[in-house]
Amino acid sequence: MPVTQTTGEIRVPTRRSAELMLLVFAIAIVFAAEAIVEATRDGRINSHLLTDSIVPLAAGLIAHLVIRRVAPYADPLLLPIVVLLNGLGLVMIHRLDLGLKQQSDDGTGPKFTGAAAPTQIVWTALGLVLFLLIIWFIRDHRVLARYAYTLALAGMFFLVLPSVLPARFSEVNGARIWIRVAGFSIQPGEFAKILLTIFASAYLVTKRDVLSLAGRRFLGIDLPRGRDFAPLLVVWLICIGVLVRGHDLGSSLMFFGLFIVLLYVATERVSWVIVGVLLFAGGAFLAYQLFSNVQTRVTVWLHVFDYPRGIGLQVSQSLFGLGTGGLFGTGLGGGHPEIVPLPATDFIISSFGEELGIFGLVALLVVYVLFIARGFAAALAVRDTFGKLLGTGLSFSIGLQLFVVVAGVTRLLPETGLTTPFLSYGGSSLLANYALLALLLRISDAARRPAEPGRHAAAEPVTPPQAVVPA
Amino acid sequence: MNRPIRRVAIAVGVLMCALLINLNFVQVVKSDSYRNNKNNRRVILNEYANPRGSIIVQGTPIAESVPTKDELKYLRKYPDGPTYADLTGWYSLIYDKNGLEDAEDGLLSGNDSRLLGSRITDLLTGRTPEGGSIELTVNKAAQRAAVKGLGGRRGAVVALDPRTGAILAAASSPSYDPSALSSHNLDAIQASYKKLNDDKEQPLLPRAFQASYPPGSVMKVIVAAAALRDGKKPTDVIPAPNVLPLPNGGTMRNFNGESCGNGKTTTLIQALTISCNTAFGQLGVTVGQQKLQDEANLFGMDGQDFSMPLTVSGSSMGEIKDGSQLAQSSIGQFNVQMTPMQAAMIAAAVENNGTLMKPYLVQQELAPNLSVLNKTDPQVQSQVLPADLNLELQSMMESVVSSSSGTGTKAQIPGERVGGKTGTADNSDATGKPLAPHAWFTGYAADDAHPIAIAVVLENAGVSGNESAGGEAAAPLARDVMKAYLDDTSGR
Repeated sequence: MPVTQTTGEIRVPTRRSAELMLLVFAIAIVFAAEAIVEATRDGRINSHLLTDSIVPLAAGLIAHLVIRRVAPYADPLLLPIVVLLNGLGLVMIHRLDLGLKQQSDDGTGPKFTGAAAPTQIVWTALGLVLFLLIIWFIRDHRVLARYAYTLALAGMFFLVLPSVLPARFSEVNGARIWIRVAGFSIQPGEFAKILLTIFASAYLVTKRDVLSLAGRRFLGIDLPRGRDFAPLLVVWLICIGVLVRGHDLGSSLMFFGLFIVLLYVATERVSWVIVGVLLFAGGAFLAYQLFSNVQTRVTVWLHVFDYPRGIGLQVSQSLFGLGTGGLFGTGLGGGHPEIVPLPATDFIISSFGEELGIFGLVALLVVYVLFIARGFAAALAVRDTFGKLLGTGLSFSIGLQLFVVVAGVTRLLPETGLTTPFLSYGGSSLLANYALLALLLRISDAARRPAEPGRHAAAEPVTPPQAVVPA
Repeated sequence: MNRPIRRVAIAVGVLMCALLINLNFVQVVKSDSYRNNKNNRRVILNEYANPRGSIIVQGTPIAESVPTKDELKYLRKYPDGPTYADLTGWYSLIYDKNGLEDAEDGLLSGNDSRLLGSRITDLLTGRTPEGGSIELTVNKAAQRAAVKGLGGRRGAVVALDPRTGAILAAASSPSYDPSALSSHNLDAIQASYKKLNDDKEQPLLPRAFQASYPPGSVMKVIVAAAALRDGKKPTDVIPAPNVLPLPNGGTMRNFNGESCGNGKTTTLIQALTISCNTAFGQLGVTVGQQKLQDEANLFGMDGQDFSMPLTVSGSSMGEIKDGSQLAQSSIGQFNVQMTPMQAAMIAAAVENNGTLMKPYLVQQELAPNLSVLNKTDPQVQSQVLPADLNLELQSMMESVVSSSSGTGTKAQIPGERVGGKTGTADNSDATGKPLAPHAWFTGYAADDAHPIAIAVVLENAGVSGNESAGGEAAAPLARDVMKAYLDDTSGR
């Protein structure tokens, strides 16, 4: 395989070999992690080692080969990072299966209803399929802008559907954010996140000039014109609606934060951020006054140790797990992360913190930071406005989601019940984030692909070369 | 548009930094507090995940870990719980550890540094790590006889091998079953503990080692030793009035106002044999406080706690301010405090030619593979009397048991040379109201092959004003325990 492709007079390295090397490295880590779990739990290596490391390996290799063909200039870090996170997630989910089963056998925990790891493997495969479809058929991300309103409609439908369905179809653990049909349960909000990011990016590309017009000056800040508030207010109302009907604090916060950031990037006006933060603060205050579940979350946040067995059980056990893990952790398989309710979904970060210690958990966060940084780098380097907004939105959504999750399980913020991207157990989350990966790869490919005369005529003026290099 | 993107990226960086700072707070600063929070079950789950070593008496475990089906994988069981409760202590989910479970915790749990090698091997081979075991010096027959003899009455028995210091028996009564505190049922443990802890008879108190009593006439053995060292002979005639005026005011009488011999004088040996108070009150004053204190120190009464490895409370003569108090202290009253263990040490030293051996309870410590990690070698603690003078003290103590006028005749064992000293100790409750006296006996059977020294105390077992409590209640119990041991060791 050539490491470079020749296009006219410019030679740009594709970095695909680097991706392959990093992929092998990522799989080695997953392999070692699974081997440690099995050695600790069973005292020997067993067949799970193969499935839990071959699946990410195969997924990674297939994705790599397709990327070579359809997105050769894509960022080489993104895929190996996702494979690493997905693989470590699988290892932890398998490890939690063992712990939860034992807890159930001992009669000290909820009844074990079946292993989650095999299901997660199936979701990984489906996630890969979705990834391949997107990266194969969407050769230019700008195509998406054409279907912005269609995608927005689909996104809204996904977002609102669980809230209007009867609770028996949509409620799990008190949050109505699911669609449960015939034994399958999906969390459509995860897909809505991406669809609405696409729509918001496309919408802002067309409206950014209007939205950045200055209205009145107030306290030295240029306020936007009154009528331009409409889109922001609509998004705000939708988020409040989701919060009210769905009892879903996390998603509500996610969507609003995402929209504000896109608005800011598109208009370069800090005033939008200030207005947004004020609106959010008002909404949060209203929600706290009106809804008991929001009050409960805040009470748990402030006085978690006063409710060690009731409403504070999850967060206090999460903190105990993290504290017990301390600096180096108990080692994979050596702790008791299964004591925390929902250890594989909302609290998988605590599971890692307990068994890998603060060193392991920080390493994991650094991997996320790398992913987010590469996403922002692609957004900076890509030439078209839509790509910039989309890249920023997708990267920021991962960053914000990670922050909300980790802050929740470590009691920096009230716990909100979001999944950890790529790591948590859950099909919707995994599928949606594989779609996100495909889009980011596509944008990064466009960013580094050498310009072909005539092909990018419709694009914006090429960014000066020094701006291509991420800060 | 790149400037706001960079700013957003920086904002995300700031959020991540906030997470890192908070993680340091949770996992480093608060780590210990979270780890040891009472609602955190993780530490206990780990502690109960591996079998704990056994405590063994003559090949039979008196504390052992048995596998269970529940979440805590091993349950601590005490097969003959109440008999050995003073020694084993308990190992509880919520009330910590006690007794040998605490004193030998490092070895029993497997955390002892000497077990590091086997722990690493366990890790590599995937075997469940185990704790080491300890083998005690205790003799089952003597221990059972002690428990049977106490029969639930408040009191304690300690028996030693005088030649080595090995503890042959140690029992307190009333006792309790440590299994009740070591179960996995929190409610049951709490209920049991509350009942035991609230019990006025204090079943949880290891009386043999940690209860201190006025020793009464048992103290006279030490006074006699000091007098012998000071040049007195057993046949020397000493004053023994019916009423002894004390140097700094007050008087001392014998029990029931009885007279010793002719009511004026008696011999030293006879004074001990019949336990004459006035004679020993005067003798203590004659010998002097310093010499008496020096002798008491040699016997171990220096007021210091010691470990064998269970903690034994210090015994001491207490503060003595004047001659009257010295006379009272010489008959084991006033501020003198003695543990049953200390009383047994007195008899053991006399039996062993004046050489006091350091008491010890652990014969050997075993690794999980049963290899011996450590074997206790007997150690000399002190020489309480030169051997020739000690022979005279022996003859005096043996007179107590063998002489027809002796107070300890009920300790006689046919065919054995038995010596001893009875004690009947006045005491009062917290408000100063006099209570029935404690009955004491300390003595030995000087068997050639298997000598044994013993101390028995029975709380408030006597009748006020009657000297015979020690001889009537405590001596027969001491005899039964010694006999049980001699029968057991000689195969009779």
